[in-house]
Amino acid sequence: MADASANPYVAVSGLRVSARRPDGSDFDIVSDIDFSLARGEVLALIGESGSGKTTIALAMLGHARNGAAITGGSIRVGDVDLASLGAADLRALRGNRICYVAQSAAAAFNPARTIMDQAIEAALVHGLMSRAEAEAKAVGLFGELGLPRPESIGRKYPHQFSGGQLQRLMAAMALMSDPDLIILDEPTTALDVTTQIGVLQAFRNVVRRRGTTAIYVSHDLAVVAQMADHILVLQQGHIVEAGRAARMIEAPEQDYTRTLMAAAHPAPSVPERGPAADVPLLEVRGVTAGYGRIDAAGHPAIPVLRDVSLSLQRGQTLGVIGESGSGKSTLARAISGLLPPARGQVLLDGAPLPPGLKGRTRDDFRRVQIVFQNADVALNPAQSVRQILKRPLAFYHGLRGAAADARIAELLDLIRLPATIGDRRCTELSGGQKQRVNLARALAANPDIILCDEVTSALDTVVGAAILDLLADLRRDLGIGMIFISHDISTVRAICDDILVLYHGHAVEQGPRDTFAEALHHPYTRLLVSSVPELRIGWLPDAGSAPPLPPVDESGNAADLCPFLARCDTRVAGLCDASFPPRHRLPTGNEILCHFADEKLLPFARGNMGAA
Amino acid sequence: MSVGRFLRSLRGLSLSGRIGLGLVLFWGVVALVGPMLAPHPVGAFVDRDVFGGYSSRFPLGSDYLGRDVLSRLLSGARYTVGLGASAAIAACMVGTGLALVAALGSRWTDELLSRFMDTLLSIPSKILALVLIAAFGSSLLLLMVIAAFTYVPGNYRIARALAVNLNQTDFVVAARARGERATHIALFEILPNMIHPLLADFGLRFVFIVLLLSALSFLGLGVQPPAADLGSLVRENISGIVEGAPAILMPALAIATLTVGVNLLIDALPRAGRR
Amino acid sequence: MAASPDAPNNGGRRLALMILGRIGASFVTLILVALVVFVISSLLPGDAAQEALGQSATAEQIAALRQEMGLDRPAYERFATWAWGMVGGDAGQSLVANMPVGDIISERLPNSLLLAALTTLVAVPLALGIGIASAMNRDGRLDRALNIVTLSMVALPEFLVATLAVLVFSVQLQWLPSIALVPEEAGVAELLKALAMPVAALAVVVMAQMARMTRAAIIDQLDRPYVEMAVLKGFSARRIIITHVLPNSVGPIFNAIALSLSYLLGGAIIVETIFNYPGLASLMVNAVTSRDMPLLQACAMIFCAVYLALMLIADVAAILANPRLRNQ
Ligand SMILES: Nc1ncnc2c1ncn2[C@@H]1O[C@H](COP(=O)(O)OP(=O)(O)OP(=O)(O)O)[C@@H](O)[C@H]1O
Ligand code: SF4
Ligand SMILES: [Mg+2]
Repeated sequence: MADASANPYVAVSGLRVSARRPDGSDFDIVSDIDFSLARGEVLALIGESGSGKTTIALAMLGHARNGAAITGGSIRVGDVDLASLGAADLRALRGNRICYVAQSAAAAFNPARTIMDQAIEAALVHGLMSRAEAEAKAVGLFGELGLPRPESIGRKYPHQFSGGQLQRLMAAMALMSDPDLIILDEPTTALDVTTQIGVLQAFRNVVRRRGTTAIYVSHDLAVVAQMADHILVLQQGHIVEAGRAARMIEAPEQDYTRTLMAAAHPAPSVPERGPAADVPLLEVRGVTAGYGRIDAAGHPAIPVLRDVSLSLQRGQTLGVIGESGSGKSTLARAISGLLPPARGQVLLDGAPLPPGLKGRTRDDFRRVQIVFQNADVALNPAQSVRQILKRPLAFYHGLRGAAADARIAELLDLIRLPATIGDRRCTELSGGQKQRVNLARALAANPDIILCDEVTSALDTVVGAAILDLLADLRRDLGIGMIFISHDISTVRAICDDILVLYHGHAVEQGPRDTFAEALHHPYTRLLVSSVPELRIGWLPDAGSAPPLPPVDESGNAADLCPFLARCDTRVAGLCDASFPPRHRLPTGNEILCHFADEKLLPFARGNMGAA
Repeated sequence: MSVGRFLRSLRGLSLSGRIGLGLVLFWGVVALVGPMLAPHPVGAFVDRDVFGGYSSRFPLGSDYLGRDVLSRLLSGARYTVGLGASAAIAACMVGTGLALVAALGSRWTDELLSRFMDTLLSIPSKILALVLIAAFGSSLLLLMVIAAFTYVPGNYRIARALAVNLNQTDFVVAARARGERATHIALFEILPNMIHPLLADFGLRFVFIVLLLSALSFLGLGVQPPAADLGSLVRENISGIVEGAPAILMPALAIATLTVGVNLLIDALPRAGRR
Repeated sequence: MAASPDAPNNGGRRLALMILGRIGASFVTLILVALVVFVISSLLPGDAAQEALGQSATAEQIAALRQEMGLDRPAYERFATWAWGMVGGDAGQSLVANMPVGDIISERLPNSLLLAALTTLVAVPLALGIGIASAMNRDGRLDRALNIVTLSMVALPEFLVATLAVLVFSVQLQWLPSIALVPEEAGVAELLKALAMPVAALAVVVMAQMARMTRAAIIDQLDRPYVEMAVLKGFSARRIIITHVLPNSVGPIFNAIALSLSYLLGGAIIVETIFNYPGLASLMVNAVTSRDMPLLQACAMIFCAVYLALMLIADVAAILANPRLRNQ
């Protein structure tokens, strides 16, 4: 186990948490969990979803979710055993000696109360300090965690903050009582990579400076490598492997650990590019789309996509990447006709498609299929797998009866699911199985193009990697064109021929995948690529190591300027803050939206790592 | 939702749910076959005593005119359950149908329908029913139609909220992107996912309608003699309250067990999908 | 989403605009209600003239009275006249009592309001108490017991509750009068005694629904992550419910209260009948049976206006309690 000193600060042995099935029998969510931790060290719990990470994290506060209970073992923190404490004693420890930072800060803050109220509440309830002292301390912590205007943000409500800021605020709240142990449960999982890096820096900064003992829960090995002294790998409620972080990363002993590491960085599996046809399969020309009323000039009230163009050849895959809110899904909706573009055209084999659903023929519908991110809600819970697949067969191809059954069997085989699954309801399937059915429904149409919207994002890395393999095979065997939308650049790089980078609805860079390995890029692409954690210890630079952004005049009308101006480390006063950038072609062949197209774009510093 | 699944969900009922189910089944059977079991003709004056107590000839005593309470109760239950159930079914079908039209139709259809339903909703249900009864009369069919009409807006509101939510789910969006027509989406994608909450709402409407009809009968405006539902039985025997005659206690108890039973059952139905 | 500078004045103005908009929409609904009631009641068989003169009247007599009452004019004209009068605050002339509708109503309205107010005072605190206690005890013994009680209260016909109350308190125990006649210049004690039973009967009816919705609104919040977070910060169940959950469930709770209270005017028919209480609901029943159109219309308008006003208040309160809505 973690080779802490003879008398470790945190010692868990034989921990077991059990829950009851609907039929009344008991089962263990986690069992035989042993580990120990010295003061000031950080232990990471790693595993796929359902492996019991959160269950262990909550047990460290003596808590089990509704229906579950801690049924065995000891949890010693300092000199108390939590497993033997009563409710009142546990309450006195929680939020005081042991604190928790939840996975989704946006949901874990009370929406009806101010940040300051919530930050100091535990300190007041546990009688640790006076209100004035607590407020002063909170302001100090806000500043320490890199939050803007620490003196005044306490008066705001949670909905007035971004996800990254909320995560920092939650950490500040947990540090108020100078806890002996702090539990961080996937604190950056819901964040964009460019936001995550700043939050990670802030966390590591305070944990190191204060010598806090911490348990860090994550599914991402690369993130953990930056934070932890020890790593413990979980699978289905059991410990698979544990050890010092460096050893675990460099020389994992168990196969499962190696699988996890491999899945985090899928190997490219892109077939050779065929000759380009004269008329692309799909072409998007200058599409502007958004929500709300469209004015006379063709600008929607809430513009999301602005003047986006792309083209896709038969059998090829185009990756679309961008942070949340950049307009990725809107692009898929605009192509499929769910959201008629305000301006611009979508052409299929050179012929323009009607902008909305109205007017499209059944064959138009058949040729373009869309697969949604979350198979949980994309499949009708009232139908069986067979019913779900039957509908497109009957609708597009008039297949019924035995012919339809035969085709369904083929489809299930194609997505590598057993035929017996046909009669199950999709609510009874696992996440990966659901996503395969979701894909099969699109394949049932015999489409020319599949729009895949974040199809692996809700899945575990290992399960997601299998879906990526499947997609690669499908396009090789069936020659389907694909638009693959994702926020994860390593996935996109693994399976796409071309990549399009979206920022605030603008296509800031697009070009073939190979060029993304080179150094010359749009400043945003560079930031994106450099923010993806690498699986090596010491990758994460220290907070504040990046030079400040060049000064510009920030008073201009943002809509008329470069969309990336506020975060760009390459920006130049008098140019970037004065006019909208043109499209340039880089020597590598990529097209970018920037005033520059030369060495100025080379990385001279490690991206912009300022506040999230 | 298939029948099999529904039956399976009944098997997992809590104790109070089982009691509710038992009561509901009991009253359902009574409504179906009760009048055939009546020991005496419904309108016959068979007892010389009025407000007679429990006896072997009149298990539930006799009423203010010396008629057999058990026989009248068995026939009254048929009116109450039959009227209540048919009106509730009609209200839910119309309300849900209009809700689907509103949720999937144009913005104007939705706006118009919703505004109209809001208007009806803002008139107290008893007052609305009274005005309707005064205008059209109170034959059994009219009572059924009026009760249904009165509770359409309530069901519409619930069903519309459900349908609007479901209409935004990915599986409906996927169906739309597949090129499906609105009717297919309404009937095959949306409606099957509303059954569970609608079933609960149906139970509630049924209870409201039974209470409304009983109240109307109690005011003398409901089911007209010689027919009598449970509410009329309470009204006609009200003078027996002083002596605590079974003639008033039994029909009152019948209404109470019927409505409480339905409520217990709804309350115990699996929560899934009820939000 | 990013932090934007607060603009309380702006938020306040938008709130005021929203309220104005809602009031406008309420007026539209009111006009629609007037129309609906007018249409339905113009279908009533017979009219006030016939009703007033009885079966023995000759056709000429009826025609003369009709003309006097203005019933010979076409329906849309009558509606327009009435609506125009309403705008000027004149609800017209009762066709039966031959006095201004306004006078009749102003005689009955205070009675109804008194009954409603007393019932509110009793029912709302009790309902909130029951709802909160149930929720804090979710699935515990107290919760299940309260659940059965409120469920039965919802399911019992109110005439049953009222008659039982009469049976027990005035017939058996002889504590309270069975008729809620409030003598002129009654003392507070007498007043309370006379109204105790109607208030209790009405309270039973509305309380159960409010309590159940309060419980549901609170329980709806209990599975949210912020509640688990509060548990993990070491707070007691009472503190969590009162300082964390309640502020987030005021919206639905206010809505439930408003719905229940709106029942207290128009829904009180049965209680008013059983206790012979001279309120608005029984006035409206009389108006229906005597075909007194202007009176009927006016009563319907009052019930509807009260409903809309209560809903508006509940919505505004919900917005004020929710910082996100408040600032947007
Ligand atoms: N109270 C409970 N009752 C029954 N099963 C439970 C309960 N809590 C957790 N489980 C099950 O135990 C397993 C582990 O859950 P846990 O939340 O710890 O996983 P996790 O590794 O944190 O997953 P994720 O990454 O999705 O958050 C899951 O299969 C889950 O369904
Ligand atoms: S135009 Fe200027 S601000 Fe925009 S990306 Fe290029 S260098 Fe940066
Ligand atoms: Mg988890």
